[in-house]
Amino acid sequence: MLLLECPYCGVKAEETELSPGGEAHLKRFGPGSTAEEFEAYMFARKNPKGVHFERWRHAYGCGKWFLAARCTATLEVFGTYPAQTTEPPADIIDKIKAKRPDWKGWK
Amino acid sequence: MKRYSVFAIAREAMRYHQGWEKAWRAPVPKAAYDAIIVGAGGHGLATAYYLGKNYGITNVAVIEKGWLGGGNTGRNTTIIRSNYLQDCSAAIYDKALSLYENLSQDLNYNVMFSPRGLLMLAQTHHEVRGYKRTVHANALQGISKTEWIGPEQVKELVPIMNIDGPRYPVLGALYQPRGGTARHDAVAWGLARACSDMGMDIIQQTEVTGVRSEQGQVVGVETSRGFIGCKKLGIVVAGHSGQLAEMAGFRLPVESLALQALVSEPIKPCIDVVVMANTVHGYMSQSDKGELVIGGGTDGFNNFTQRGSFHHIEETLRALVETFPIISRVKMLRQWGGIVDMTGDRSPIISKTPLGNCFINCGWGTGGFKAIPGSGWAMAELMAKGEPGPLAAEFNMWRFREGQFIDESVAAGVAH
Ligand SMILES: Cc1cc2nc3c(=O)[nH]c(=O)nc-3n(C[C@H](O)[C@H](O)[C@H](O)COP(=O)(O)OP(=O)(O)OC[C@H]3O[C@@H](n4cnc5c(N)ncnc54)[C@H](O)[C@@H]3O)c2cc1C
Ligand SMILES: [Zn+2]
Repeated sequence: MLLLECPYCGVKAEETELSPGGEAHLKRFGPGSTAEEFEAYMFARKNPKGVHFERWRHAYGCGKWFLAARCTATLEVFGTYPAQTTEPPADIIDKIKAKRPDWKGWK
Repeated sequence: MKRYSVFAIAREAMRYHQGWEKAWRAPVPKAAYDAIIVGAGGHGLATAYYLGKNYGITNVAVIEKGWLGGGNTGRNTTIIRSNYLQDCSAAIYDKALSLYENLSQDLNYNVMFSPRGLLMLAQTHHEVRGYKRTVHANALQGISKTEWIGPEQVKELVPIMNIDGPRYPVLGALYQPRGGTARHDAVAWGLARACSDMGMDIIQQTEVTGVRSEQGQVVGVETSRGFIGCKKLGIVVAGHSGQLAEMAGFRLPVESLALQALVSEPIKPCIDVVVMANTVHGYMSQSDKGELVIGGGTDGFNNFTQRGSFHHIEETLRALVETFPIISRVKMLRQWGGIVDMTGDRSPIISKTPLGNCFINCGWGTGGFKAIPGSGWAMAELMAKGEPGPLAAEFNMWRFREGQFIDESVAAGVAH
């Protein structure tokens, strides 16, 4: 059972209270972009077996989108943070590096 | 290889069953092969089998990190059908179904193919329209015997079903009498035995950890037992496709999710068709041992743990109990998960890749068991000729760039 803390209301929410929203920090492309860029944004996914940055919505709580860093191989959660950012916060990056020394970074 | 037959059973009965051979060899890897397949699931083994059978290419290794058939092939609920909506899906799934019909004879191995009939319940008006459309599409595609039946006929076929609702009334069903189930392990084992008999090496307990290339062409793979060279490489690893693609230097429109299944304690025979209820994401059949085999929808988040979240099982069972009230007090024996590879349009990929002589077969997601022989047939053609044949052509990985989706999930609501 997955527990994620909503960074807005501080509730430790159980997964039935949340909806998953897929990979976070995607670079968005719109009109005028190339087919390759649009494909990369819409479909190509890192899908790592390891550290994954992802979007979640506190659907049955405050209703807001937030982001989480989680390991897809162990289900360990490294932390959650508000969605109004383009990259993961430094403290979460440090925490992951400490636990996973050969982690290749989030990009 | 000694053939299995009634005479073999009699012969072995006379000598305390001491003459049975190992079904496949456990070879030491050679330095190089004409073709390497990564992944000894059903699709990888079927690819190897048809490379040998249809194209005479037998200097082949199938490399498996665990044991053969230990991935999704050995974890699925074995539903087989071919009544898909889109032309290219119907073509490859029907090719697979017709190969399944003779697979036991072909492999000299009983895969227990059981065409007991398959019902896809319509429980909303949207589904009624959708399935009637599929019936017409299948008629045009020449997919034999898929028909629309009304609720009374459903009740006749499945007396234990409650068709009245109120929450999930049964308004009719899409019926394919040729559909059914097969024994999943036997499919993997039968294919492995036939491949080994053709001289191919099935190398288990060996993980591929890298793909080596020179001037844009694949030259071999790094493994936990050292480098093994190859002229052609087929990547057929389902949930781990993203990892292998990264080793080969490209990215896929694939995400890996957990899909769970469970079986009940054995009970007396009570249901002799396969029932899928896509609105509630539940499906059920009864195994020869009497267990009810039950599956549901995928979990929502990326996951490689081969477990799953309990609430999904709970939701599936809650809905199925309403449709099959007699199962309400049946105990569930075992639950497990597999890691399914979901593509952006929920259809598979059988494709060349940006790396020369490297081919990929993946994205079968929640519904690839039924496709095993057809997929192997198409993948073998692609690997042997270097270009896709008619079965594989539309399943190329570049369709996402072009926007030419093969949209089965919208067609069926689910892709099992
Ligand atoms: C619970 C569940 C129920 C399902 N129900 C149905 C159903 O009713 N009907 C249906 O048609 N389909 C169903 N499916 C889907 C079906 O099981 C799959 O689509 C199909 O089995 C995929 O076969 P495969 O050979 O591609 O993959 P797998 O059988 O998963 O084989 C891939 C193999 O690759 C190996 N591998 C991975 N990485 C490496 C590496 N680095 N080196 C070496 N080997 C590697 C793995 O160990 C694995 O054995 C279900 C799936 C699940 C999980
Ligand atoms: Zn909240």
